[in-house]
Parts: sequence; structure tokens; C-alpha cells
Amino acid sequence: MSIRVIKTLKRLAAVVLFAPAIVLASGAELHLDKAPVSTEPAALQNGAKVFVNYCLNCHSASFARYNTLQQIGLDEQQIRDNLMFTGERVGDLMRVAMKPAESKTWFGATPPDLTLIARQRASEFGSGADWLYTYLRQFYRDPARPTGWNNVIFANVGMPHALWQLQGEQIAKVSEHEDGTKSIELELAKPGKMSVEEYDKTVADLVSFLVWMGEPVAEKRKTIGIVVLIFLAGLFVLSYALKKNYWKDIH
Amino acid sequence: MTTKSQELVHWIDARFPLTSTWKAHLSEYYAPKNFNFWYFFGSLALLVLVIQIVTGIFLVMHYKPDAALNASGVPVAFASVEYIMREVPGGWLIRYLHSTGASAFFIVVYLHMFRGLLYGSYRKPRELIWIFGTLIFLALMAEAFMGYLLPWGQMSFWGAQVIVNLFSAIPVIGPDLSLIIRGDFVVSDATLNRFFSFHVIAVPLVLIGLVVAHIVALHEVGSNNPDGVEIKKKKDANGLPLDGIPFHPYYTVKDIAGVVGFLIFFSAIVFFAPEGGGYFLEYNNFIPADPLKTPPHIAPVWYFTPFYSILRAVTYPLFGVDAKFWGVVAMGASVVIIAFLPWLDRSPVKSIRYKGGLFKAILAVFLVAFFILGYLGVLPPTPGRTLLAQICSVLYFGFFLLMPWYSKLDKCKPEPERVTFK
Repeated sequence: MSIRVIKTLKRLAAVVLFAPAIVLASGAELHLDKAPVSTEPAALQNGAKVFVNYCLNCHSASFARYNTLQQIGLDEQQIRDNLMFTGERVGDLMRVAMKPAESKTWFGATPPDLTLIARQRASEFGSGADWLYTYLRQFYRDPARPTGWNNVIFANVGMPHALWQLQGEQIAKVSEHEDGTKSIELELAKPGKMSVEEYDKTVADLVSFLVWMGEPVAEKRKTIGIVVLIFLAGLFVLSYALKKNYWKDIH
Repeated sequence: MTTKSQELVHWIDARFPLTSTWKAHLSEYYAPKNFNFWYFFGSLALLVLVIQIVTGIFLVMHYKPDAALNASGVPVAFASVEYIMREVPGGWLIRYLHSTGASAFFIVVYLHMFRGLLYGSYRKPRELIWIFGTLIFLALMAEAFMGYLLPWGQMSFWGAQVIVNLFSAIPVIGPDLSLIIRGDFVVSDATLNRFFSFHVIAVPLVLIGLVVAHIVALHEVGSNNPDGVEIKKKKDANGLPLDGIPFHPYYTVKDIAGVVGFLIFFSAIVFFAPEGGGYFLEYNNFIPADPLKTPPHIAPVWYFTPFYSILRAVTYPLFGVDAKFWGVVAMGASVVIIAFLPWLDRSPVKSIRYKGGLFKAILAVFLVAFFILGYLGVLPPTPGRTLLAQICSVLYFGFFLLMPWYSKLDKCKPEPERVTFK
């Protein structure tokens, strides 16, 4: 009797094991472009420049200080001369003067602090960098929106296209498929100051900077990690030899 | 002739049981010589407890349990965690050790518990060790749940909101109970402060007390082993177990190798993937708590998800009481039922090595159901997933509740007289 029970249980285990594949394959997909994230100082410095010029007026980066930009290869004088436009000191946090309550009435939502944006936007569809890289390249003209702008992956976004002078104006071509789903294709209707390649590179630098700002210690962490793992590997060999030696008289 | 250090030991021994304690618990505590890989996780759980306490002490020096907004409009508690990550020297390492340690604690403890299932470590005379262990697991869940609120991110806030609201489903006392837990009508500064107090003082004290009781009870009866036979039954002329070896030095040196092996995996996560793919540090928790903005999907941290799935699987109201209450009951029962294993298992043998195919098949089904419940717990519910969670919940409880019957039916092999050791 028990053999039959075991067979039934085995079948049950198999059913239970494969059922998730059917049940779990559903839900909305988000298609993100892979962001070419760089850790090169030149890219990060260019990203910092774009950030303070185009983002740091509405968005704050209130966990980061201006002088932490020394870690991407700038000295204090360079930071003061090129990246600080108001009366702050170089040791100050990157705050903005706009009050959160006021910006909420102006935009419908307070512009979020961007220090951790690259970590916040990670999801099962891709890294936070992928999301930002896709988002900043997919704004399009939409007269129905109060700002005149909309976004493919962030529908009805409160933010207007802050980089539109660089990218130009895209328009959306919505096509409906047989199964009722819609897809949006973007077309550059009015070119901006930059070519498509230049703009993509600029956004990539900005995203790289945001990734760096999300966790400035990330590169150092990995470097220390390699040393730690090498040390532990050596220690493991020794501790295993010690164990072997002590245990050789246990039979 | 005695040396100075020996004199000092004599001086202490006349006043404190130093040498006798050392002997009773280490140098003359006889453990079975056939421990395998599964027996590392007890000492590793102790190691992770120490890591959590030490890193926790340093985190408390810089963390501020304050939900008020700072000059930048960010809650002080959230900002203080970022302050630790960015400006406290080495703070990022201490924080990642603590956050990774939380997940490591559960991984190690789950494996430790599974070891108990494999080799019948809960069977007579080790029932109390098992009960203390279940209480440690409960205390650990409380500790982790309260600790998770402290970074004051979106998942901290809404996770706590969801779980505390569950208590309000209890008839009669529910609403007042959840009010007492929160200290407010919503999760707020009062909640943050009391969770902080519980997380750093109350629960750790309970946890340490239970761990001491767990080990004292273990050393009273002696350890089980992969063969599930009692080494105390076969003793030599001196009354020492034939298959026992002194814990120190044999298992201290073995556990040191285990500790280093564990630290290799642990460090790999801390230094190269501290977010654990969004499972150890959830992405949404990098967003400061916003009481006005409910996230579209609130998922508990991975180690709670099997039990959370059982909670959500209960969708029928009973006796005129809301389904939510019965979900809470089911979730509570799913943890508490573990404590009853010593009395549910009627098998003539302890270890899986001598159990029959029936037990092995049922254990496999249980394991698969547990993993599926865990996976479903991180996903938003759909009708199909709820049905699957219900099936798996039944299988989960079936493993325990039907054990008195199937453990007797199972065709077991005879246990050996002595432990097997190659």
C-alpha cells in the first residue's frame, strides 16, 4: 500500500512544483533599456554638471554634500567655481530653496529627493539606472497634460521634460494591437541642441552620477570585499588544516 | 610547582565555578563524533547573534528614532540611516553587516530547524530544547519585524501598518490591542520609539535568555546526531560515551572552519550584493516613509513570506468573524505547531536515515510547499496564486497534523547500535 501512496505523493510534489510556472506568469511588463553605467571620473563629472544645472533646482540631494564630489576627482575650488551657483558653503548638503508643500501645489507632487533615486527605482524589470536611463529618454509632447509633456514609462508624470532643449521634442505614435494592448513609438519631431547619440551619452553620464550618488562607497566596498575574501580564503585553508590535524586520531 | 596563572585559576575556582563550567560545557562535554554538515548551523546562529548585537551597539550610537521631518523635509530616522551610510566612518559596513545579518540569521536558523526535522532532534528527551528553539524563532520574528520599522522607509512603514492592523481583527480586544502596539491611531513617531525600545533592549534580552536555556537544556541531555541513536547508551569503563568526543577541542576547531566558510558567503553578500537582489534591502525602502502614499504592493521581507502567504490564504469568514482574524490564527498556528513536533512524531526511529519512503516523500512535499508559500508571499495575490497558497497551506499543516498516523505507517529500517562514522 505504501508504494502506491509514495507514488501519489511524488505526483503531488511534481504538480505542486510546476503549478507556480502557470500561476506566476502574469502581470504587466516594463521594458527598460540597459543603461551604460560608467564609473569613469570624466563621465561622473559631466553627470554632476548636468545634475546641478538641470535637476538641482527643483530636486534636492539632501543626503549628499557638495564636497563629497571630491570623490569623483574634483577639488574644492572646482566645485565652488563650476557646480555651486548660490550662497552655500562647500560642506553644505545639496538642498533646494523650494518648500515641499509649495512644490506639491505647483507640480501635483513634490519633486522627490534624488540622492537615492537610483536605488529606489530598481525593480524586477531592471536596475534603477536602467529605469532612469529609459525614463529620461522617453518624454514626449502631450497637449493634454498641464506641462505639455508626458512619459512612456511614467504615464502622466508631474515633471516637465527638463532636458528638452538638449533632446528636442518627441511625439508619440500609439498603435493598438489585436489583443487590445497599446504600444507607444516615439519620433523626434523637432531636434534639440544635441544629436541622438550625444543626448544618450549625456543621459548616461547623468545616470552614472545618480548611481554614484546613491552609494558613493560602492566601488570602495567592492575593493575592500576582494581583500576580505582573499583573507578569508587563506584563513579557511588554515582552519581546515587545523581541523584535519586535530581529527586525525578520531576513528 | 604551580605557575602564576595556575594560582590565579585556583583563586578564581575557590570563588567561581570557572574550571568546572569550562569542563561541563566544553572540554568534557561529550558530543557524538558523527556530526555532519547540518550541525554547523547551531554555532553559526550564535555567531550571527553576536554579529547583530555588536553591530547593533554601534548603530544605536548614530541612529535616531525620530519620525519628525528635518530641514530637508525628510524624516530624521531615515536621514540618520543615510548619515550612517555616508558620513559615519565605516558606518556603511556596520549597517550592511546588520542588515545582511538579519537575513543570514533566518537562513541559518531555517537550516538549523530543518536539521532537527531530518534527524528527529526534537524527540524525547530533547522536547524542551525544541520548545526553547521555537520560542527563539518567535522572538527572532518579533525582533526582525520591529527592527525593520527603524529605517523608516516606505516598506518599513507600510509593512508595520499591515501587520499591526492584523491584530485589530481579533474580536473584542483587537482594536485596543493594535492601539497599544502602535501607541497611536496610525503608525507614527510613538510606534517608532516603542519599536526601537523593544528592538534594542526588550527582545534581545529575551532572545539571549532563551539561547542560554536552549544550550543549557542541550548540554543536560546531550546532542542528537545524524543516526538518531543515543551515544550515552554505550559507555566505556570510565563512564564516557564510546561514540562521544570532547566538544573542545574537536568541535571548536571544526566549528572554526565552519565559521570561516560561513563568513566567506556572508562577506560576499555584504561587499558585493548588500541589497540581496531587493530581498535583503527592499528597493522601496530607500524611499522615506510617506503616510499619505500607499505603495501599490506591500511585501514583507523574504523570511516572513511563507507565514504571510498562509495568512493571506485564509479567505473565508467563520462563525461570523472576519476572514482576516482566521488568517492571523492560521499564521500564528503555523509557527506554534512547530513546538508540538515531539508529540506528533510517533516513528520508531529518529533519523531520516532509518525512516521509510513515506516520510521522505511527505517531507519533500512539505519542503516544496514551504518554498512555494515563501515565493507567493513576495508577490501580489491573484485568484490563481491564492488557490495555490491554499493548497500549499493545507500541505503545510497536513505535514504536522497527519504525522501521528503516517509516522506510524512508515516502513522504517532498524536503527544501528552505534553511530556510523567513516
